[in-house]
Parts: sequence; C-alpha cells; structure tokens
Amino acid sequence: MAETILETRELTRYFGGLAAVRDVSVTCHAGELHAVIGPNGAGKSTLINMLSGDLPSSGGIVRLRGRDITGLRADRISRLGVGRSYQKTNVFLPFSAFENCRLAAQSRLSSSMRFFKPAASYREVSKAAERALAMAGLEGREGATVAALSHGEQRQVEIAMTLATDPEVLLLDEPLAGMGAEESARIVGLLQKLTKDHAILLVEHDMDAVFAVADRLTVMVNGQVLESGPPAQIRASRAVQEAYLGVDSD
Amino acid sequence: MIVCLLALAVLPFVADKFTVQLVTKMMIMAIFAMSLDLLVGYTGLVSLGHAAFFGLAGYILALSTPQYQASSFWISLPLAVAGAGILALAIGSLVLRVTGVYFIMVTLAFAQMLHYIFHDTKIAGGSDGMYIYVRPDAAIFGWRPFDLEKFGDFYFVVLALFVAVFIFLRVVLRSLFGQVISGVHVNDGRMRSLGFATFRYKLASFVLAGMLAGVAGYLSAVQFGVVNPDLLGWHLSGSVLMMVILGGMGTLVGPILGAFAMMLLELGFQSLTKHWQLAMGVAIVLVALLLPRGLVGLANWRTRAKEAADG
Repeated sequence: MAETILETRELTRYFGGLAAVRDVSVTCHAGELHAVIGPNGAGKSTLINMLSGDLPSSGGIVRLRGRDITGLRADRISRLGVGRSYQKTNVFLPFSAFENCRLAAQSRLSSSMRFFKPAASYREVSKAAERALAMAGLEGREGATVAALSHGEQRQVEIAMTLATDPEVLLLDEPLAGMGAEESARIVGLLQKLTKDHAILLVEHDMDAVFAVADRLTVMVNGQVLESGPPAQIRASRAVQEAYLGVDSD
Repeated sequence: MIVCLLALAVLPFVADKFTVQLVTKMMIMAIFAMSLDLLVGYTGLVSLGHAAFFGLAGYILALSTPQYQASSFWISLPLAVAGAGILALAIGSLVLRVTGVYFIMVTLAFAQMLHYIFHDTKIAGGSDGMYIYVRPDAAIFGWRPFDLEKFGDFYFVVLALFVAVFIFLRVVLRSLFGQVISGVHVNDGRMRSLGFATFRYKLASFVLAGMLAGVAGYLSAVQFGVVNPDLLGWHLSGSVLMMVILGGMGTLVGPILGAFAMMLLELGFQSLTKHWQLAMGVAIVLVALLLPRGLVGLANWRTRAKEAADG
C-alpha cells in the first residue's frame, strides 16, 4: 500500500441544521488519484473546502502525513503543501496569466515582506510560473490579461496557479468544467502525469475522464459516502448505479 | 513628468512668496494623498480615518518642541513618523479584522476618538490647539544645510520629500510586497488559499501608509506653525480621500493631480463666490460622473484614442 498523505476521519460540516458533509472518511495516497463523484449537492465541494481550510469543519479530523491539520487557516494548509483549484474560476482577472502564476509561485518564498527588490527579478519564481503555465497548456498566452481569455483558458489558469505553488497534494474541484474537448484531453493527460509524484483528490462530473484517471473512487450522496473502492468495484456496485450512475450517465 | 518636475524646481526663482507657499502646501497634500492611495487604490482598503496619522505627527512635533526653542529636524521628523507608524500599527491590528463598509466606519471611529482626545483634554491646548513658535532646526554639528524658517528652503525640503515618497512608493509597488497587496486588492480569499497570510500584509500596508501620512502631517505642522484637533478630524480624512478619487485611485500620479486640482479648484471658487463649497461639490460630482477613473483617466483616454487612431 502506498504511503498515506492526506486523510479525513468522520469529517462533518453542518450548514444550520443541514449536514452538507457527514462522517466522511477519505484517504489520499502518494502516487494515487482519488476521485470523488456524486450528484450535485452531494457535498463534494464542501469536502474540498474543509480539506483546504477555506471552510471550518463542524466535526472530525483532517490529517496531513499523520499531522492533525484540522482547523488550520487556509494559508497555513497551503504552505504545508496542499494546493487547490476552484470549481468557479477564482483568479486575478486584471492580471496577466503569467502574473497570476508568478503570484502563486511567490507564495513559496519564506516571506514576501520584501519592499525594494523588483518582483520581476526573482528568477526562480518566474521560472516556476512559466513551468506551471506550460504544464497547463498556456504557452504563448502568458502575457494576456486573464479577463480577456476564454472561459476554458481561464480554467487552465486556475490549474496553472495551483501547480505554481508546487504542492504535494492537489485538491481539484471540477477542473474540466467549461473546457473544450481538446483542453480536457490535455488536462486528463496532465493529471495522469501528475499522479506519479502527487497525491490527488479530484472532484469531477466528466465520468469518462474520471474512470480514465482514477485509481480509487468515492461516491458521495447527500453528504455521506455511499461507496468507496477501486473503479471496477464502483462500476459494478448496484447501489451506485441506482443512486448515481444509472441516472446520470446517459 | 520631467517637465513638471523641472517646473517645480524653478518655481521659487520665478514666483512670488504666496505661490511658493501654496505649491508647498499642495505638495504636502500630495504626499498625504499618495499615502492614502497605497491603502485605497492599491490594497483595496478604504479608510476614512487617515487624518489620524497626519494629525498625530503634527502633534508630536508640537509637543516635542520646547517652547521658544527649535527642535532638531533630524530628530523630530523620525520621531513624528515613528509615532504615526505605531499608532497605525495599533489601529490597524484592530480595524483590519473587519472588512468593507465596517472597515470604513471603524477607521472613522478611531480617528474621531483621537480627535476628541486632543479636543477635550488639555494635553496640547485642547480645542484651540498649540503653536510651534520656532520651526525645527536642521543643524548637524553646527552645519546647517537648510533653514526651515526661510520659505524657499522649506519649499525645497518638501519638494525633495515629495519626490522621495513618489520614488519610494514606485519601488515598493513593484516589489514582492507590492505584488501581494495588489493581489489582496483583487482577490483576498484566493491569496489566502495560495498561502499568503494576508492580514500581515494588509497591516504592513496600513502602517506604511500611516507613516507616510505622518511625513505629510509633520511638514504641514512646520509650514503653518500650529496644530489643532481639526488635523485629526473626519473632514480632513474625507478631503484627502476625495483628492485620491478625483485624481484617480490605484495610480501614483492620480493622487498628486487630485491634490493639486482640488486645492486649485478651492482657491478658484473661493475667489469667485462666497458659496464656493457648493461649486466645489458640483465640480466633484461632475468629475465622478464624467471621469470614473479620475483625472488620470483623462490622460489615458487621450492616449488610447490616439492609439486607436494610429492603429
């Protein structure tokens, strides 16, 4: 069994009286892609938001390499090596694609309380940004203002920014949503490559893509885990077919 | 820009005393407006209490000047700026816990508290304020590079600090720190998820802005030789915010244009009518409606139109 990087135990989140996520235990291993699927409102994004520290949990534990990180602020979790992308594009629209990624890469310096040396003269930071842009397939678009990019390209910037922070764990919230077929295929290829040296938690609706890349799947319905296991097991599961695949995979 | 700088440099040799002193005052207000723009235009924090730091620096000069004697320029200026910085650190670490309209209100509340401390106690002359009878002395071991009692010398000191603040902010905005505050302005949440502890950077920006406002407040107290509680009040905080908006937020030239334009407008309307504040209000409404990006937008609009014509 590969090394456990990120795991949750009975993670729970209430919104008022509603349990958006209840008692969810998932594990991400090194070199493995763990996909979380489920119908809209199943609590997938809420789960990612708790893992990244964007949202406090109501109960349960999150561990990173055995260390309890429950309740840490988002910036602390990010610096511990957990990078995330958002379902709804969450970037810096007035900046260029390169500046978006440079800012992301800059976050890995020990401090940005540097007031005099121009940001453009930090070569390593710029190189990391360029690498991330190339990985996400944005060569030649570096200088373009993100607001002027197509929706699909903005999605690619979203992913490139996450990569530019050089994370060990990737939490990807519907990275393919809104992308054209060509970019989708490219990102699927990228995910396969990234899986080798990352632990990835992927939330995605595109089932073809999910089954192409996932080593393990968790199916969530109504905030709870319905079934978890390797792709073949999920495909064969009666409960999953009834609750989700049967209805949604037309 | 170089033309403007040259014009400012030769002005004292060609203009009368009144004009020189007016332009001195404009440059001081321009420093004040630039300091606020670091918060409003670059970090995205709209403060309505920025006069607190301006006024406090003036009070520090007044209180540290022995009666009928001069304080040392080289000691009182750093003292005033540091005092403004410490106040900004104290206020900033509290107000930055709230955002949006609450931030505006809480900055206003803190500045008003300070205003009433000086207004209602006898610390520094209460509501009458306090005179600075002798301007700071610039002597270093007997050598006096300039004499602040001479309006011409004072003009050049202000000009030098004005240029220094402009260059300093330009450098800072291009630094790593500058990138972070621009990011915070656009999308604070995403900055945090990228790993930036944004509170710390906002606080640093708040302190820096407070210290630069302190430079302006110190110079203003030197120029007029008097401090009073109005220097800390919301009226001045509002005026300087108006200068920033009038000139164009998020640029360095904008607040300078705004400060100069607003004081010229004030002067112009004052000479025309007793009801100059009404005219001033109309002028500001017109700029807000016609130039949403401020006076700087006017220049940009012209270059854009030219580019469009060329291309």
